[in-house]
Amino acid sequence: MFDSVLIANRGEIARRIIRTARRMGVRAIAVYSDADEGLPYVGEADEAVRIGPAAPAQSYLDAAALLEVARKTGAAAVHPGYGFLAENAGFARAVIDAGLIWIGPDPEAIVQMGDKIRARNLMAAAGVPVAPGTADPVPDAEAAVLAAERIGYPVMVKAAAGGGGIGMSAAHDADALRKAFETARTRAERFFGSPEILLERYLPRARHVEVQILGLADGRVIALGERDCSVQRRHQKVAEETPSPGISAQLRAQMLDAAVRAGEAVGYLGAGTVECLVDAEAQTFVFLEMNTRLQVEHPVTELVTGIDLVEQQFLIASGEPVSFDPAAPVRPAGHAIELRVYAEDPKRFLPSPGAITVWQEPSGPGVRVDSGYAAGTTVTPFYDPLLAKLCAYGATRDEALARARLAVADFVVTGPKTNLPFHAELLANAEFVSGNYDTGLVGRMRQA
Amino acid sequence: MAEVRAEMVANVWKVLVSEGDQVDEGDTLVILESMKMEIPILAEESGTVTKLHVAEGDVVQEDELIAEIG
Repeated sequence: MFDSVLIANRGEIARRIIRTARRMGVRAIAVYSDADEGLPYVGEADEAVRIGPAAPAQSYLDAAALLEVARKTGAAAVHPGYGFLAENAGFARAVIDAGLIWIGPDPEAIVQMGDKIRARNLMAAAGVPVAPGTADPVPDAEAAVLAAERIGYPVMVKAAAGGGGIGMSAAHDADALRKAFETARTRAERFFGSPEILLERYLPRARHVEVQILGLADGRVIALGERDCSVQRRHQKVAEETPSPGISAQLRAQMLDAAVRAGEAVGYLGAGTVECLVDAEAQTFVFLEMNTRLQVEHPVTELVTGIDLVEQQFLIASGEPVSFDPAAPVRPAGHAIELRVYAEDPKRFLPSPGAITVWQEPSGPGVRVDSGYAAGTTVTPFYDPLLAKLCAYGATRDEALARARLAVADFVVTGPKTNLPFHAELLANAEFVSGNYDTGLVGRMRQA
Repeated sequence: MAEVRAEMVANVWKVLVSEGDQVDEGDTLVILESMKMEIPILAEESGTVTKLHVAEGDVVQEDELIAEIG
């Protein structure tokens, strides 16, 4: 095992990685921008180095500055967390070229999966089902209209290099598609530096279900169960649970099998996630994309499997066997739910940065909180709105939901507005409680 | 005379109008960015942009004046 790790990230995920590093006796080196100096992860790291001003481009996205910190501090490995440079193949290569261990897959796998068009084609070739869509970048709005006639409306317009729902929109006719295309292209260029756009059939009443995979140091790929991420606003996840209440045992087995094939097709190493759309009525699924990094919602998988995914990432990156027997099937037990606590108003979901005066986390049996903030810290407008991930575990889904309700009520944050009232509403919503919901749920809650 | 103010702390990403421009109700004046989200700021009434208080790249505080429309 390497002796030190640079965490090229911030907030709750930096703190999460530090926790495992310290437990394993690995020196944790954090970086922080001027905006984040007072956050808990900075104090909890064994060493913390200022990386630059608040703007991400001058701090957490500055690959040269990060490598310089790694050199100065003698870091042996780099963990990118999620977001920022986590799926940047150039950064992964630079880390490896600097003689450091990259905690992630081979840069070539990042390239293959980072381009949604290439990933779709590769998955189709590997026998993983994909939605009807375009196999090449769509050059302009008129080409998009032509493609949509073949695919069939509604269609989803997406940035090939995109993520986080940014630039994505659904179009139900040609006029809406022309508009969606231009918006998507502008955002794709601005946020992802690539104007390439793809179209896919849009399934309005689909569930979003993903499979956690681990590519082992010996080349095997295993699946650790699924997560249902159908509670979304602006195509961004708000709550996740495992197991998915919307898939049969048979469909689960098919999805896990396809996810393993997807990982094998790119020689995947480490933790990755294969995202799928599920038609719950037909009990069929299609590949959506693969995230070549640790996922925000990884704690729910940890809660039902008892496996520390960051620990497995460390072990795999250093060429060691994982901490459990990968030949024995992993049997998840119980039910876990994650609620993303965002600094945003709970009605319109608009950002709400600000200084935190009171911060009281819930606790109790089956409650896990991964947080990035504390009282006296400030939520700035420079980064994503995630304050904390509140997870609840129970022997059954009902028990997990009951514990989640209490935990939401006990979580006190004063200062920025938070979406905790939304979560209270969600946990009382008949459709959500029934388990029979889809990605349109939040939209329906806000129409009512 | 209408004052356009920021609803939240944000970065000014785009300024789409200049002082002296005629705007209609609903026109986008500036686009703010906060927490990776774009927030278009719209004219709440028609008129002339008499004063613009922000430039691209500025950080605005909650309730800070962005523009005046007369």
